[in-house]
Amino acid sequence: MERDVARPMFDTDELVINMGPQHPATHGVLRVVLKLDGERVVDADVVIGYLHRGVEKLSENRDWTQIVLLTDRLDYVASAAANLAYVETVEKLLSLEVPRRARYIRTILAELQRLASHLVWLGSHAMDIGAVTVFLYCLRERELILDLFEEYCGARLTYNSMRIGGLPQDLPPNWDKKVLQFCDIQLEKLVEYETLLTHNRIWLERTKGIGVISAADAIAVGLCGPPLRGSGVVRDVRKDEPYAAYAEMEFDVPVGTNGDTYDRYLVRLEEIRQSVRIIRQALGGLPEGPVMGKVPRLIKPPAGETYHANESPKGEIGYFIASDGKSTSPYRLRVRPPSFCNLQALPQLVRGHLVADVIALIGTIDIVLGEVDR
Amino acid sequence: MIDLLVIPLIKIVIVLTGVLITVMYLVLLERKVQAWVQVRLGPMRVGPHGVLQPIADVLKLFVKEDITPVRADKVVFTLAPIIVLVPAIIAFAVIPFGDQVSIFGKPVPLHIADLNIGLLYIVAVASIGIYGIILGGWSSNSKYPLLGGLRASAQLISYEVAVTLTFVSVILASGSLSMVDIVTAQKANGVWFAFVQPLALFIYFVGALAETNRSPFDLPEAEQELVAGFHTEYSGMRFALFFLAEYANMIVVSAVATTLFFGGWLRPFPSVAFLHFLDFVPTWIWFVVKTFLVLYLFLWIRATLPRYRYDQLMRLGWKVLIPLAIANIIVTAAVKVALSD
Repeated sequence: MERDVARPMFDTDELVINMGPQHPATHGVLRVVLKLDGERVVDADVVIGYLHRGVEKLSENRDWTQIVLLTDRLDYVASAAANLAYVETVEKLLSLEVPRRARYIRTILAELQRLASHLVWLGSHAMDIGAVTVFLYCLRERELILDLFEEYCGARLTYNSMRIGGLPQDLPPNWDKKVLQFCDIQLEKLVEYETLLTHNRIWLERTKGIGVISAADAIAVGLCGPPLRGSGVVRDVRKDEPYAAYAEMEFDVPVGTNGDTYDRYLVRLEEIRQSVRIIRQALGGLPEGPVMGKVPRLIKPPAGETYHANESPKGEIGYFIASDGKSTSPYRLRVRPPSFCNLQALPQLVRGHLVADVIALIGTIDIVLGEVDR
Repeated sequence: MIDLLVIPLIKIVIVLTGVLITVMYLVLLERKVQAWVQVRLGPMRVGPHGVLQPIADVLKLFVKEDITPVRADKVVFTLAPIIVLVPAIIAFAVIPFGDQVSIFGKPVPLHIADLNIGLLYIVAVASIGIYGIILGGWSSNSKYPLLGGLRASAQLISYEVAVTLTFVSVILASGSLSMVDIVTAQKANGVWFAFVQPLALFIYFVGALAETNRSPFDLPEAEQELVAGFHTEYSGMRFALFFLAEYANMIVVSAVATTLFFGGWLRPFPSVAFLHFLDFVPTWIWFVVKTFLVLYLFLWIRATLPRYRYDQLMRLGWKVLIPLAIANIIVTAAVKVALSD
């Protein structure tokens, strides 16, 4: 009997496994349906939506200031960044002038937030690859940042730290000295993480050449933030379309060359250094003055629509807001969350890699499900 | 009668309880060491500095619901943890914990049995444990355990080869397969085999990490990838058996390392005469101290290194460790022949 040529001699079935939504390393409620050939990933299907709260719809029934609270809950490891992008968009709609001191403090808060977010990323990414100690070291420093935020606005996670037109309050006394102290500690501890990872053979083998994405592909799939820069594309909203006080700051935009997991790691570590540099500059040149601009009692932007983007720790966070000019809430608010856009690249990144790499790759694109699902 | 039955039985009871208690406290030690490395305190609540934590853990595992998945193969599912644990414990039968002591004027050697093929016995017994892991992963009838079981079997078998090859070079150096004779050979040579066979020690240690599923080779139970690997579906006491076996295995490989490479119960520098005052320390204390130093290395490594990937682990085993081990045997044999002429 003639054997069916299409059918191989051994019966090889593809194994479909369901990673998540309850899984220790999917960073929340991400679900990835993996099609495996042995341990090799043939295909991956990302299922999202488990944390959907309807933030965009909710904001149509909140007034403009209340929405700041909702933006807190998007990227809950970097809520100040989401706050900032939102209030700036509304200010753009209102054509409001923000006092210079407020813009400086916003920059400091945003950069502290970037440090906190990158520390959580580094810790969880390293832990996924098995280096548990790095996680605890990173959280140790993040704790200091949370303390700083707590002193500034009273909250440790969802800060509600920005207001349309400025800031809720001025800096507490001596806060700037504590921040400078923290900057020194951070740079010192960064060396500690690097001794554990950067030249570690196992770390190199686990991250070099894993999840390579070329610059062209990265742009095509819509990557933003550190994953995009890891592929060598120089794109940073802080530089390209400066907001807050970034136009007056001096900093470099680190980029990778190979677009692999290791380069993305190096890019983020360098960003930590650059953030410290920005914070020091901003504190050094902190102008005097009020922290709140002239904001009308009732915020009712004129009819129109606008889009404004910021560089959040995860990438480009943007808000598209349409106002009908009559009501005290937006007619339509749409968030462009960096995690959501970056997550799209996951199937492309994991194809052909092993199960263990899937975990490393979920880590490397740095997602927060609160932002993906909204 | 007394020599044949009573004394070995007493020894078995002592070793068994000793091993189980050590395992319990090894878990605590691991949590403490990890915590200290990671700027934490570790268990602090149960008893002063958490010294009673192991007892609380065991109690908890005893009273937990023991779930058998509906679609699991029930007989094999129950048998698997036993198959893993028993070999881990009976391996202690040939480990010499100390020199002879005299109790009531009667010389009693501090080992349960001095098999003339002691080392072979350990290799044989240790490889049985693998079956338990494979069967546990397979009988759960679930995907993550299956992947974990497959990884484990591949890993353990390949590293078993490298480890066994290092034994060969130790046998060449000592001229015996008996664990007691290996220690006395180190005394006669006046030097620990760690200095004679440093390469073998290195390969043995790496292989031992892999064989006990310890970081950086803890792939079969890689929490971030496979949930809990082959014992994902296990709970309660049956899970505890796997857990016990893992730590008992760690103690076995450390005890074997101590015996083969660090002079077993011998004091440091057994040939240096002016250190004789160290002889007042009972021999078994030296053994325990050395074993714990080796165990500490396991814990230290776990707190420091990331995890290897499956294919990298296999490459390291087959392309680096096994060729090195074979080369080591050839060189050892050549030197031995050259010296004997």
